[in-house]
Formats: sequence, structure tokens, C-alpha cells
Amino acid sequence: MSDIRKSLVDIVGERGVSDAPEELWFYSRDPGVLAPHRPDYVVAPKTTEEVQKIVQLAGRENIPVVPMGNGMSLAGLVIPLKGGIVLDMKRMNKILEVNHMARYVVVEGGTSQGALKAYLQKNHPTLRHSIPDAPSTTTIAANVSLHGQGRLTNQYGFNSDMVTGLEVVLPTGEICRIGSPSIGPYWISKGPTLPDLSGLFLGWLGCTGVITKVGLKLYPNKKIRDAELFVTDRVDLIPHILYKLTHLEMLEDINVWFQPKPLMFMGNYHITVFFTGDTEEEVEFKRKMVWDCLQEYMDSKDGGFMSIQYMKSMLLEMPGRNIADFADVPKGGGFEYSGPIAPIEHFPQYAAKVVELAAKYNVLYASTARLISGGHSMMYSISFAFNRSDTAMMERVEQALTEATAFALDMGGIPWKPNFKEQKMTLEKMEPNARKLLLMIKKNLDPQGIMNPGNWEVNS
Amino acid sequence: MIQLKFDQKVCASCRSADCLLKCQYMTFSGHKEAHGEMMKVMKGKDSRVLTECVTCYACEEYCTRGNHPFYLISEKREEKGMFTAPRPITTQWKNMTQMQGKCLVGNVKDTALSCCYLPELGQLGTGEIFKDVASAGVFGAEFMCPAVHSHFARMSVIKERLPIVIENYRKLGVKEVICMHDECYGTLTSIASAYGMEVPFKPVYYLDFVLQRLKELKDKIKPLGITVAYQRSCSNRLIPDKLPVVKKIFKLIGVKAPKRLYQDENALCCAEILRSVSGYKLADDVQKRNIDDMLAVGAEYCVFNCPACQTSLSEKVVKQGLKPVHIIDLCKMAIGEKEREAVS
Amino acid sequence: MTYIRHIEHENIVHRCFRCGYCKFPSDYSDFNCPSYKAFGWDTFSPGGRMWLTRAWLSGEIETSARFAEIMFSCVACDNCKDQCVFPRFKDFLPDIFQETRAELVGEGRIPPGVRDYFKAVAISGNPYKLPQSERGDWARGTGLKPFTNQKHLFYAGCVGSYDEVGKRMAQSVGKMLVDAGLSVGILGSEETCDGNDVRVLGEMGLFAELAQANIEKFKAKGVKEIITLDPHALNTFKKDYPALGGVFQVRHYSEVLAELVKKKKIKLKAYPVKITYHDPCYLGRHQSIYQAPREILKAIPKAEFVEMHRSGPDAFCCGGGGGNFFTDILGTAEDSAARVRVREAAETGARILAVACPNCAKMLSDAVKMENLEDRLELLGIAEILERVRK
Repeated sequence: MSDIRKSLVDIVGERGVSDAPEELWFYSRDPGVLAPHRPDYVVAPKTTEEVQKIVQLAGRENIPVVPMGNGMSLAGLVIPLKGGIVLDMKRMNKILEVNHMARYVVVEGGTSQGALKAYLQKNHPTLRHSIPDAPSTTTIAANVSLHGQGRLTNQYGFNSDMVTGLEVVLPTGEICRIGSPSIGPYWISKGPTLPDLSGLFLGWLGCTGVITKVGLKLYPNKKIRDAELFVTDRVDLIPHILYKLTHLEMLEDINVWFQPKPLMFMGNYHITVFFTGDTEEEVEFKRKMVWDCLQEYMDSKDGGFMSIQYMKSMLLEMPGRNIADFADVPKGGGFEYSGPIAPIEHFPQYAAKVVELAAKYNVLYASTARLISGGHSMMYSISFAFNRSDTAMMERVEQALTEATAFALDMGGIPWKPNFKEQKMTLEKMEPNARKLLLMIKKNLDPQGIMNPGNWEVNS
Repeated sequence: MIQLKFDQKVCASCRSADCLLKCQYMTFSGHKEAHGEMMKVMKGKDSRVLTECVTCYACEEYCTRGNHPFYLISEKREEKGMFTAPRPITTQWKNMTQMQGKCLVGNVKDTALSCCYLPELGQLGTGEIFKDVASAGVFGAEFMCPAVHSHFARMSVIKERLPIVIENYRKLGVKEVICMHDECYGTLTSIASAYGMEVPFKPVYYLDFVLQRLKELKDKIKPLGITVAYQRSCSNRLIPDKLPVVKKIFKLIGVKAPKRLYQDENALCCAEILRSVSGYKLADDVQKRNIDDMLAVGAEYCVFNCPACQTSLSEKVVKQGLKPVHIIDLCKMAIGEKEREAVS
Repeated sequence: MTYIRHIEHENIVHRCFRCGYCKFPSDYSDFNCPSYKAFGWDTFSPGGRMWLTRAWLSGEIETSARFAEIMFSCVACDNCKDQCVFPRFKDFLPDIFQETRAELVGEGRIPPGVRDYFKAVAISGNPYKLPQSERGDWARGTGLKPFTNQKHLFYAGCVGSYDEVGKRMAQSVGKMLVDAGLSVGILGSEETCDGNDVRVLGEMGLFAELAQANIEKFKAKGVKEIITLDPHALNTFKKDYPALGGVFQVRHYSEVLAELVKKKKIKLKAYPVKITYHDPCYLGRHQSIYQAPREILKAIPKAEFVEMHRSGPDAFCCGGGGGNFFTDILGTAEDSAARVRVREAAETGARILAVACPNCAKMLSDAVKMENLEDRLELLGIAEILERVRK
């Protein structure tokens, strides 16, 4: 047994370490199109102290550490680009505290979105968190470390904006609390009124430390949820429609989507609008507000509301289990998307680009945009499905996605959860002093460059 | 070329103008105005009828002189490039019902059981009542009556697709087609006839079939002893002669349907198409009046004969304490095949 | 030596997205895949198995003890099949895992526990390596007679015939059937293994032998209607035997007892106790029988029936399926399925954990001891409870 393996076993026990070919093969890849790269070890810690010891060991041995939740970013963010240790964080899944009155929860980083949802439903039915569209196996820490979004993003911003405190193991091995929990027992603020150190970890894709605990804002879980689905065939109207809807200031979530299949969706743009209420009256009031604000498009026959009775339960499901379906359209097994954050006024250009890229690379597309913070921006997903047994198709998808990211950067958008190649494109585009600051921070936090190396690097 | 057979002389000489005067969604000062508007429609002129009609089909029933006012209104709207519902909704319905070669055909010999393009109909067409024909089901856009496009004033879609649907049935070599949806039976009788299309098989109205089977299964029937309100579907307006069948079935299975304001000729639409065409205000008003009327007569169940109506109204009637049920399920309850609790 | 590997559904394995819904119950409250729960590596989840199977078929990974452990630790509970979000291929997941195990059996690269299991069944007709002559001993004192021309055959299965916990269950069912006046007989020392778990573990040759022999025996004896103690036997008699020419009317004992209770052939007296019920995978998810055992328990006057958090189609397996009852690949660590399950049962506050499968009974009764819950939780078969409460 190698010294490193033995040391890892000493830390987490025999069942917490694997260097078997099966685990090394599996943990060398994610469901996206990027090429795999083998780790040397897969390690599954159960406590912050174990994480600390692993990171300290990695520092001593100068080997990479790649923290992983469920590995569903699709952008290869947990592929160990330079080998080393993949940290499977999913055994750190305890829900530690719910402060009901202050509406926050503290969880271990590997807690799944699904488990938190179930826990709140059972124990705090008047509270909810912002559930992302990703499968329920995905973890809270991974989601905030890549600035994930969820069902409440239109109302309250990125899921990372909802963080109320962090516990992090720094690349140098120190355990560090961020925000109000660094001062006292309450997880009520990730930064303000202090200098906001959470920015050193949120969005860094595991390059600046391992997030072991997350405080997360909870929000009122109203008794009734409902949805309406507006369709139009005029893409130029979408930004105006979104502007009107966000002006209402009462919608849970707004998604815009279009896809060529099945046939019923062809040729139209769909805007799903979610709203909530504690009474029928509240829900009906909001429904009427939604209809009234778009009346002019109905009068002009440019847009209208679809009858959605038969698909309502599917629309309201959180997370939407049907979303993964897209992966099987080409029979199948995969899809990946570029998800730039862009101003809503650019929707028509992005929509045209999706269709153009799908035709150019001969791949299947679907597209969903989600409004962020009441329309200050939107996440625009340019999504292509592929057949995992067709390597040529996977290459075409990779090229199409790279081109999509280049387009987004040209349009002034910011790529969401960029893969390592897109990160480089972004750094190149970045104003030089901002880039210098970013790299300086990273260098200072991780002087040996052991945390998820290959990411947020200029040269590698 | 397939054309609507509309007898202009019959219309011009009409002394009742019932087609418009009885309309529940438009009001006219009297015969003169109503008749005048219909003349405008007929002559291709602009008329408020073309903008205000909500496509409830009822004028097809109100006209007792064999003409087809609703088909005419729809034809004229399309000629003028008008849309009833928003354009993208119109497109969506056209796309959604496009034939894609994905139909299902059961063990069809002389008889086919038409499940249109509504999966619920396959579920309904089972059990003792349908035991001899359940395996002969056909389902899919290839066998779907395209009448729904009249709601969107796209008679061209009907004219293009209905001959193909008829041909698809003909190719099966069937002698008769049991239509599980009023709309199908109405299409194969009323619309096909209005457009001069030959139907080389016998369309059978499913409630006629059900009635006959119930008579055969009389020994199994345990009168339900319940009070219901019946939601008449828009497509039943195309086949008003079939309206009495429902009452005969109710009588046979021991169901009381007290006389209510909105029934028979005065029935209200389920209103979901109205929602698309005219917005929520009219649809909510119609649905509220309709459900209040059901409650006022002490109904316990709301009985549907159209899955689309049932989808539209189920949630709303449940909220008011009524149990939604398809008439076939009601019959299955009466012969002990379905539990009352199973209704939802 | 290089094997060219094929499995029937190999054209599907690449279609798994490894999204992980398969690990959960429908409400996501905990991991519902016993092997993932126990081992904690994604490779031990259904998605992991799909991806590894693909890598193995394409030669990217070789057959190894670890690969076999991953494949044979699947308990065939069918949770993944129910929870997978891909309707076009979800039904084939358990088949793919079984086909992969069958290939491994063909290569002769199987875990020692599995090999021992096959050997014991092949030689002794049961996995306990106990004499065939003792197979019917459990029935002494029950009033059950050897099957001659009775209406029903009561099939006890290996666990019901040889295991102490299983035998108690079999005896109580036997007594109930006899006392209710059913025309029923047993094969006793002529009974042999039903083969369900042999099939699930991939020894298709041995399964075919067992099934053929059973079918011939049943037919020769004029068996038409079978009541099984074990849902595993129920499953294979209903799903696999017909294709081999063995068409019988098969019911689980809980269905028969529920009917007898309903018809008042078994009358019940009051028993003020809180009872919860564990759904066996082969009765629930595999055969969709959820209500019969519940109808019996709910019919007991004054008894309070409570559900565990995961129940019905979402029930968490005891960990004994897919041969793990014998091979014990899942182990008995804190996160092993049976221990998790009895903790969940205890959380309901129930005094009795009712079971309807002898495998579950054995797995869970051992777990009750390991979790030191003996003072709080009594594990009883449905018929054992009926014995206690019948008038």
C-alpha cells in the first residue's frame, strides 16, 4: 500500500478511500462532453476535520484535491484535470440546524437538494429553499460554489446570494468560518456588514477551498403554487413581455424556453410563470395580474396562454424530473449546455444563435432561460443533447458549446459554470487588472495550486 | 376542391335568425340586426360576429334549417386571415395534432373503437361494456377528428386532414367506427356532410353503443341513486339529435339529473376554449355560473361526456365539492366495475 | 484470456445520464438504494453500475473482484426501476444488472459467497446445505398434510423451511390456513428451491434446472393453485415459470389471509398495540401487492397502524434481496439496509414491526438485535400476529 493511501485510510478508514480501477474510472468523468482524467484516489470524508486532514496531507504531498458533490455541473468541473484526490462530499450530509424565525438552515456541504427539500417539508412545512432544476442528488455546497440558480432566483437572486455563512477548509488546511458565524452562533449573514469574504469561495468552483458547511436562507413556503404558460411566435416581443412580468414584482419564477420537439412546441417561445399564495384568492389575484399585464399581446393575437391542466403537475414539480429527459432524445445519455448570464434584451440574439449552432453542428437543441433577480439579467441555456456512444456527435456538441460561449462573451455576457477552456476564454476577455486581482487572490489562498487545479488558470 | 355546402337562399329567407339570437355570448337587438349580421358574414363583409363569436358551436344546433352557420363563420374568418385565439396557440394546435405516423391500431376487423387522439378514451373503452370491442381500439392523430381547428377558424386544416382520416379508417376495412368522442361522431356526420365528404363506413355514436350494452347488462345494474349535473360538450351541438341518449342512460342506471338553468340548448361551454379566445374574464364568469347552477340543483357529481371538458373543469368542480366523472365511468359504477371512491 | 462480452440490453447502457434519481425514494428523504446507502460510492448506485457495465463491455475496465462486488451488491429491490426518470428504458435497469451478473457467472468471476450459494443450492437444493429429508420438519404440529390432491399447495421455500425465523413464519401461516379450513398441502421433503434468487444472481442454467424440476413436480402432482410464504417464490412462479411452461394460479399468503379475515373465517379480538409494516420488495415493487398485508393489520380491533416514512412503492429494502440474504455482500455496518430500516421502524413508535417475507424477517430480526431495539420493537410475521389476535 502506498504511503498516501495508507495516510488516507488512517484519516477516513478503509471504506472511505478507493483507488480501485472501478472508482478511478467512474470519478474521472462527468456526464458532459469533456474528456475524462483519472484521479489517483477517491476519498469520502464524513467530517470537517477529516477534510482538513486530507487537505493537509495533499499539501504535504503536493497533490491536487478536487471537491465533488454529485458531479452534475456537466461542465467537467469535478474532472480531476491533474489527477490527485477526488473528494466525494456526499457522506457529509447532515442537516445541522434550522433557525425557524430567522429563516435559515445550516447543512453540511454534501447534503443533497432532495434531502433538504424532504427535511423541510416534514419538519418546517412553512419554509423552503431555492431548489435548482438539477437532479435532487446534487449538493448544496456544489450549487453555491458554482453560483447555481433555483426556483426562487427570480425573487432573491443566485442561490449563492442566499448563503448566510460558510465553513471552509482552506487550501492551506485551516478551518475557517465566513460571515456572522465567524463572530457568534448565528448564521444570518455571509458578509455584510463585514468585508464579504464569502466572495473568496462562492463561484470559485472549488479552487479556493472545500466548503464543508453552508448556511442558507429559507423563504416562506406558501400553501399553493400555480403556473401559467404564455406562448408567442414573436421572439422580438420576449424582452418586453419579461419586462412587464417582472414589473408585477410578485412572481416566484419565470422561465423562457423553446425547442423543436415534440412538434407541439415547434415555432413558439414559451414563458412559464410560477406564482404562489396562501389562499385561492391570493393565487387568483396573481393569475389575473399576469393575464392583465399581457392582455395587449392577446389582443394583437401575438401571444396567448396555453391550457396547461394536463401538464401542470409536471410543471410544478421541484426539481422537474422531466428535465433530464432531454438527454435521451437522441437515445442518448447526455446533454450539456452553455449558460451565459445576459441582459434580457439580448434574448432574440441568443435564440437565433441556438438555432444557428444546432444547424451548423447538426445537433439537437433545447433552450431555457431563467430570469434572475427580477429581470436584472437572465441565465440563457444553450443546450445540446448527444448520444454518448457517438463520439463524433459529442465532439460536435463540444465545438458548438465553445462557439456559444465565445458568442456570449462577445455579447457582453458572463459564462455560467464555465469549463476550464471557457474559464480561459473568460480570463482573456477580462479587464487585465481584474484578472490580475483574481489570480492574485487565488495564488494567495492556494500557494501550492492544489485545489482543483486546471480551473481558473491562465496557463496550464 | 372541398367546399362548404351552405345554402345562401335558406339563410337569406330565414325568419328566425335563431343562430345569432339564441347565442349566449353575443346580444342582438332583434331579428333585423341578427339577420343583417349573418347576411354580412355570408357575403364576406365585415361583421361583428366575426370578431365576437367565441366558437361554442351552438349556432349549429340553433339553426334548424339545415344550414351551417358556425362553419360559415369559421370559413369567412379564415378567408379574411382572422384569428380567434392568438396566432401561436393556433399554430400549436395545428402542430400538436399533426399526423406523424405514430398511431396505435388494435385488433380491428369490422369494427373500430375510435379513441381519437385522447388517451383517456382508451382507458374508458374497457370492461364489460366494451368487452367485445376494446381490443379494436385505434388512437392517434391519424384517426383524430380535426374539428377542433374550427375553434381557431382554420377550416382549411379540417378540409386537408379529414379526408385523410376517413381514408385511414377505410384502409382498415371497417364497416363501422364507434366514436368515443362526440367531436368524432359530429365530424364524421355533420362536418363531413356539410363539406360533401363521403364516409364509407358507419359512424356509431358511443353513447348509443353504451345504452345498448347497458340494456344487455341490465341484470348487473344497481341503480346509483345519485344526483348529477351533466356538462354538455360543445361538439354535442353538432349532433343535437343525440342529446336524449344521455337522459336514457341516466334513467337506466338510476341517476337523477334535476332540471337546471344551463342545460340542453342553454348549456354552457366548459369555457377553456373561451379562455384562449376571449381571456379569463368571460371564461371565469361562464364557469362560475355553470358550477353555481350545478350546485343549486343539489348535484353530487358533475358528469362529462368529453375528456377535454373534464380536464378543463375537474379541478374547479372538485373545489366546489362536486365529484367529476365521465359518463362511461358512471355506467361502470352502476354495473359494479368501478368504486365510487375511485372517481376523481 | 479475453472474453467477448455481450448482454441482451447492451444497446441501452450508454443511455444512463447518471442523474441519480435512482438512488432516492420519490420524496428524496434518504437514499433508497441499499448498496449505495451501505457503500457510499457512486459506483455502487444504479447509475454507477450502468456506467461501469458500459466500461466493462467496451473493455475499459476489466473483470475484478471489486467489479463483481459492485454488481452482486445490488439487491434487486427495483427502486431504481421505479425512480429512473427515463421512461423509454427504465424498466430494463434490473435486467441489465442481472445480465451483467450472468456474464460474470459465465466467466466464473463471482464473489465467494455467491459461489457458495450456487453450490449449496445445486447440491442440496437449498442454500443451507441441510438435508432434503429435513425440509418438511417445520410443519410438524401445524396440521398441514403432504400435498396429494388438495386445492392449494403451500410452498414454504428455503428460508421458511430451514431458518428459525422463517420456520416460525411458515408454521403460523400453515396453522392459519389449516384452521380456516382451507384445502391445503405441502411438498415437505419433496420441495426444492424456487430459484428466484439464483436467477437474479445470474446463474441462469441452475435456475432453469430448478424451475423445470419444480414445474414437472407441480404438474405431476396436479398442483393448480399455489400459496407462497416467500414473495421471492411468488415472483418467480408468476413472472418466470409461465414462460417455461409452468402456468399456475399463484398467490401470496397475505392475500389469502386478507381474504379470510375479510370473510370472517379468521375472527380477530382486540389488541391495543401500535404496529408498523415493512413492504418486501418482491411483494411490493415487484408484484404491486401493497394492500393485503395492510388490510389484515388494519382489521385488528384497537391496534393502531402506522406507516414508516418510506412505505409502499417507496419502501426501503431490508437488504436481503438479490441473494444478499445469503451472500451478505452489503455487510452489517451502521448504514446497512436492515439496520437503517429497523431504526426507521422504531422512529414510528410502533411496538411491532410486521413483515410478510421470511427473508425480510430474518434480516430485520438480526438488525433489531444489532441496534439494541429488542425492548422496543418486536418483529413478527403477519400470520404470527394473527395467531396472537384470533378469537
